[in-house]
Amino acid sequence: MTRYIDTEQTAGDFYTHNFAKKAQEGTLILNLGPQHPSTHGVLRVVVEMDGEYVLRAEPILGYLHRMHEKMAEVKTAAQFIPNMGRVDYLHAMAWNWAFVGAVEKIAGIEVPERAEYVRVITCELNRISSHLLWWGAYLLDLGAFTPIMYAFDDREKLLDALQVPTGSRLTYSYFRIGGVAQDLNDDCLGRIRAFIPWLRSRMPMYKDLVTDNIILRKRIEDIGVIEPELCRRYGATGPVARGSGINYDVRRNEPYGIYSKFDFDIPTSELKCARGRYDVRMAEIEQSLRIIEQALEMMPEGDVLVKGAPKPSWKVPAGESYFAVEGARGKIGVYVVSDGGKNLYRTKLRAPGFCNLSLFGEVSRGTILADAVAILGSLDMVIPEIDR
Amino acid sequence: MIKEAMKTVSDLWSLMVGLKVTGRYFLEPQVTVRYPWKAVDNIDTFKGHLELVPSKDPFKPKCISCGMCALACPSNCLTVVKRKPPKPTPEEEKAQAEAKANGEKVKDKTPKDPEKFIYDYTLCSLCGTCMENCPAGALRFSGNVYQAGYSRNDFLFELVAHMQTKADASPKTEFEPPVAETSEA
Repeated sequence: MTRYIDTEQTAGDFYTHNFAKKAQEGTLILNLGPQHPSTHGVLRVVVEMDGEYVLRAEPILGYLHRMHEKMAEVKTAAQFIPNMGRVDYLHAMAWNWAFVGAVEKIAGIEVPERAEYVRVITCELNRISSHLLWWGAYLLDLGAFTPIMYAFDDREKLLDALQVPTGSRLTYSYFRIGGVAQDLNDDCLGRIRAFIPWLRSRMPMYKDLVTDNIILRKRIEDIGVIEPELCRRYGATGPVARGSGINYDVRRNEPYGIYSKFDFDIPTSELKCARGRYDVRMAEIEQSLRIIEQALEMMPEGDVLVKGAPKPSWKVPAGESYFAVEGARGKIGVYVVSDGGKNLYRTKLRAPGFCNLSLFGEVSRGTILADAVAILGSLDMVIPEIDR
Repeated sequence: MIKEAMKTVSDLWSLMVGLKVTGRYFLEPQVTVRYPWKAVDNIDTFKGHLELVPSKDPFKPKCISCGMCALACPSNCLTVVKRKPPKPTPEEEKAQAEAKANGEKVKDKTPKDPEKFIYDYTLCSLCGTCMENCPAGALRFSGNVYQAGYSRNDFLFELVAHMQTKADASPKTEFEPPVAETSEA
């Protein structure tokens, strides 16, 4: 696994050979992953170590590449929706929305008002579940085992609520071109209404147990400082950018759906370090609860699927469109081009995790290895989304 | 100096606060369920594999073999085998030939329900597109969460036969938990 620098050696692969060309004398090239527990999936990072210090790091991708963009070319638009649940398995609803929104934009389909509210509610619930899982898994990376148990206790209630309309617990394919698959019934609405005060009552406990804990604070404060300028250069979005003080949220800056109707804040942090990103995500959970509360109050009665929704033989009108939504990890963009056939001519998926991860090489320079892992976790990556 | 000491104390206090939370939850009843011995309560809304909806006759599906489900399916996991038209008796044949000669439309006597409805669960991603596009409302998700098998063939369903065996077995409970609720450790 570990090799001393020798560019003429035969061990290692193309990536390590290429990486080792610029290595300094007396350093160690180390492969972190692809099966490393802190990489949440199959991310591989090649690092050059001087003792305990990381001199350079380079993420290597592609171990989970599933050709989603190619698959979009051989499936009809409606048939591609299940794929969108599998790009980012933690915030599947946002990807559902991004793709469905792009196709609706081309075809000029108006979504019924109730469906818009259902979309907001499910998407925000999904965002909370994503942040809760990140919270638990991040602390697991840092060596705290119990918090993930508390997070999963809450997340379980949430997944039970989402299971009622969607029927699944993780890889939702719930949105349809022109609405959603099923209405939220009373059982589901009751569960969601019960969940909001429940999670609110748990947030002080999270603060006492983890956020204020001195061990965590010493661990994540002042590591992985990302300047706003660097964020902009790398195209980082979501909590990573907001943790560096950039007030950018697609829901506010380019409102889609009915987000402009809601009253919510965009939490930002001036700390710029891993701690800042942690704070932003915790605050986002509360903001999502606020949005859901308002949406539940304002939700009108009516259909959830537009009349004359596309049939299997539906042809997408020729044209192109781009639709962006705010996912749990940042700006999700889907660009589709149609030539008037059943299948889309081209679908480009913009994953926020890809841009956020590319910061890692810059940020981890000069940190100790244990901090590098903490920085990697604070970027909140979902590898299937990065590889696509 | 005093400031530093105070800081250390407040830092230590944050650990105590955390321990208090842990202690409180230690005394509360446990939230996890000892699953194989006890049934979990959130499985009734689960989407299991597809199944055919019976018509008034529990042995005959509502399906009209139109093939819309197979057309709409993103992963090609459905195959609908239509029934062959019944062999006409000599009298019927004669009547049909006469009708054709007179320019009348011959009535198709083929039964509409499918002969076979093959469903490959290994390919299915449970998106529900087939159900939504079914004009007869003949497909639904079963609530079977306990589907498990030793080989790939265990997931290759023939849904007509599956429906009929289920109709045979009714009115027993649909799916039984793997282990009875008696022996809680």
